[in-house]
Amino acid sequence: MSSVNIDAAEVPVREARLGSITGFEGTAGELVRCAQSGNLKDGSRSFSQCMGCSSINAFCQLSMIQDAVVINHAPVGCAGDFFTFNFVYRVGQMERKLPPVIGRYFNTNIEEQDTIFGATKKLEQTIRDVYDRVKPNAIFITTSCASGIIGDDVDGVANELSTELGISVVACFCEGFKSKIWTTGFDSAYHSIVRKIVKPPRQKSNKVNIVNFWGSHIFDDLLKRLGYEANYIIPFSTISQLEYISEAAATIQICPTLGTYIGAALEQVYGVPEIKSPPAYGVIGTDSWMRELGKVLGREAEIETIIQEEHDRVIPLLDAYREKLRGKTAYLTAGAAHGHALIAVLKELGLEVQGAAIFHHDPIYDNGDKTSDALAHAVSAYGDVANYNVCSKQAYELVNILNRVRPDIMIARHGGMTLWGAKLGIPTLLIGDEQFGFGYQGVLNYAERIVETLDNKEFVTNLAKHSTMPYTKWWLEQNPFSFLRGDLDDKVY
Amino acid sequence: MTKFIEQPRYSCALGAQQSVIGIKRAVPILHSGPGCGDKVSRLLGQGEGYAGGNTVPCTNASEAEIVFGGEGKLESVIEGAFKVIDADLYVVLTGCTSDIIGDDVGQVTGKYQAEDRPIVYAETGGFKSNNYVSHEIVVKAIIDQYVDKFKTGTTPIKHLVNVFATIPYQDPFWNGNLEEFKRILEGIGLTVNILFGTASRGVEEWKTIPQAEFNIVISAWPGLGIANHLETKYGTPYIQFPYLPIGGGETTRFLRQVAKFGGLEQELVEGFIKGEEERFYTHIERMADFMLEFRYGIPRRFYTILDASYAIGFSKYLLNELGIIPAKQFVIDDTPEEFQQAIREQFKAISELRSAEVDFLVDGGAVQDQIRSDARKSRALIVGSSWEKDLAQEIGADLLIVSVPIAHRLILNCGYAGYNGGLRVIEDIYDRVLDTYR
Repeated sequence: MSSVNIDAAEVPVREARLGSITGFEGTAGELVRCAQSGNLKDGSRSFSQCMGCSSINAFCQLSMIQDAVVINHAPVGCAGDFFTFNFVYRVGQMERKLPPVIGRYFNTNIEEQDTIFGATKKLEQTIRDVYDRVKPNAIFITTSCASGIIGDDVDGVANELSTELGISVVACFCEGFKSKIWTTGFDSAYHSIVRKIVKPPRQKSNKVNIVNFWGSHIFDDLLKRLGYEANYIIPFSTISQLEYISEAAATIQICPTLGTYIGAALEQVYGVPEIKSPPAYGVIGTDSWMRELGKVLGREAEIETIIQEEHDRVIPLLDAYREKLRGKTAYLTAGAAHGHALIAVLKELGLEVQGAAIFHHDPIYDNGDKTSDALAHAVSAYGDVANYNVCSKQAYELVNILNRVRPDIMIARHGGMTLWGAKLGIPTLLIGDEQFGFGYQGVLNYAERIVETLDNKEFVTNLAKHSTMPYTKWWLEQNPFSFLRGDLDDKVY
Repeated sequence: MTKFIEQPRYSCALGAQQSVIGIKRAVPILHSGPGCGDKVSRLLGQGEGYAGGNTVPCTNASEAEIVFGGEGKLESVIEGAFKVIDADLYVVLTGCTSDIIGDDVGQVTGKYQAEDRPIVYAETGGFKSNNYVSHEIVVKAIIDQYVDKFKTGTTPIKHLVNVFATIPYQDPFWNGNLEEFKRILEGIGLTVNILFGTASRGVEEWKTIPQAEFNIVISAWPGLGIANHLETKYGTPYIQFPYLPIGGGETTRFLRQVAKFGGLEQELVEGFIKGEEERFYTHIERMADFMLEFRYGIPRRFYTILDASYAIGFSKYLLNELGIIPAKQFVIDDTPEEFQQAIREQFKAISELRSAEVDFLVDGGAVQDQIRSDARKSRALIVGSSWEKDLAQEIGADLLIVSVPIAHRLILNCGYAGYNGGLRVIEDIYDRVLDTYR
């Protein structure tokens, strides 16, 4: 178990903390065995394409706290993600019937001379001016490769200005070069929140923290029936709401790739129990998740009743979908834990999962509990997955594999990947809302969309006919893992 | 010391990766941190094109390269890119990580250049400049390291011109604008190297850059450096038209200036202009009654929050051809000091009767505060970006989104330059105006 240290300014990256990797080729079962026996070795690629970085993921969580602002201490290009998250924020406001508000994000515009003389003065002045302009309840500072390498003392500035302005000014360390696993940025954002925003509990509440992106509010009814209240945290939270997430009765993760750190931190520091069962995807997965929820909340009998009701409702419908999907093949690309969850959903529906390209792998989560291993769960409940590739958004590997495998459908969980299915004429489905596939109803939701996508071949067929392919013929004939060398690590550097 | 920026509307030096993607079958190779390419694509451009977005090769700098240097990794990614990516031109661009630690990228790339591989490099560490400036750096790098070597010759070809008019993707209408420039310049008898986008022939066109009779810069300042460079290098003269020509009047002015500079055949030029103007003004005339009679309110004053070329172009057009009066204008492209005076002069003589006030300001939040507190008597039009959505709503203004970030419209080959672009501007403004009525 990694132990959470809220006195440290930075949380160690996932590679160091959890032993996480971004390169692997084999079967899902092999990966689980390697990971659980502590024999997981990362593979390095001698050719690679653009990935993502921690600062994007940190910003993704910090940018939608309603009464906070974010200062990105970086050259202006690092602010390229401002508007995309502002857009997400504003769509979320519509869905939540909140008034339209623009995200207040600032970039310190680090320039050449700053890389020589340092940019802490500039940062200080920005914080003061931003405070005057917006009067926020908290200011988060996200760092960059540039600020990190020049060695600006961002934590020092934050602490100083916190005292001066009388609000929390919090440093969030998320330099892109520090980790190959961009979800480390989630951990950075959460670390800064647990460290500087969250306060010790005054009393216990009947709220249940739900660590999520900006998904639909599917937990309201379930928790209400159990006598609890759902508290969706981080995006759309307010600072005062976050101050007392330490009082919650439990923490639910919609995806441990997202929430591993905050779940463990709240449990270790403030004793808020984390639901450690993998998230509820697929009927078997949902059963065990529900039972753990019942246990933690002291509602075991009520949970059994709900499970029975839901089985009675869902299973006949599922059988009908399974009939429709019999013999169909699927290929999946997604972030880690959510990818594991989707494997469960697809297999639950009787699809043959021909392979998966999953962005990274965490051999263990911050809670140190092996029962949280969603991939292990998917493999033991539904069987192994061949062609399981840990692949940090390397489109060239994906295209090569898809070109060989030619599944009936490609399921993608993140942007930038769907194009390659479609260009090859493969119907491709991307679902943005993580909560869409959650629980018993989630399996049905996915089933409906898969049936619809399989039926819609016109667009992809036509696109494939007229598409160009930026990959060479040579490459498409090679082994997809030609550039991935687990045993040649040292040579790459 | 420049101040902080709220609501950024351009990218850092590495943003020039989009300029490379704008060249047919060219691919950037980033020697940068892992998220740089993603951040640039998020702000600039809709869709990844041939080999942009997630296809862009990148060394994804990690701690190891920061400590031990990243030249080895760059070499292996270049080797891989040659094998995996089917491209005509590879452009290595550095990010902050490489430029701060001081990798010798020239030396790594030089090895492949010595083998006559189509590869060039440019230092574009984000902190060094922004993409308005680095666009020039990248184009010059391609000229010096690739074009010069593979050029078809240096003897000028009569009537051949190179056009430097727009920064791909930073100008969301780059592709449509370039199509129109090519069309109208061919109309007056020129052969046009348009260099970027669907109307270009890709690197084959670039190889003839040294053979141009003259160069045309259609821009307030970005691109001038390229023309100066070509003048020094190949002795090619250039003409600058310092803003985006939109609509009948300005496009005609532009074509006549070019024709005079190039000594083109008067009859052909005037014949083309006459035909275009006739078509353009037939449409204007057709809708003049609408403009004069629509009684429920159409915008009568406008603000622009645009780069210099667009700001001047739109201001002239909206005032002179549509009768909308300029309120304050904001230039947000971080115009270098040396070019500001010329831009001020343009606004001073925005029409024969009128001048407009202009402010150079990169902080969009500060711009919005000024507009919010400006006294207004009539309905306003804001020509800006998606950041202006709420501002427009608040002050009851119509909003035409023309600048990045663009999240509320989809742009394929729409262009606002030239005769066709002028008509399109009218359609788009009044589309939005009329859409406000139930």
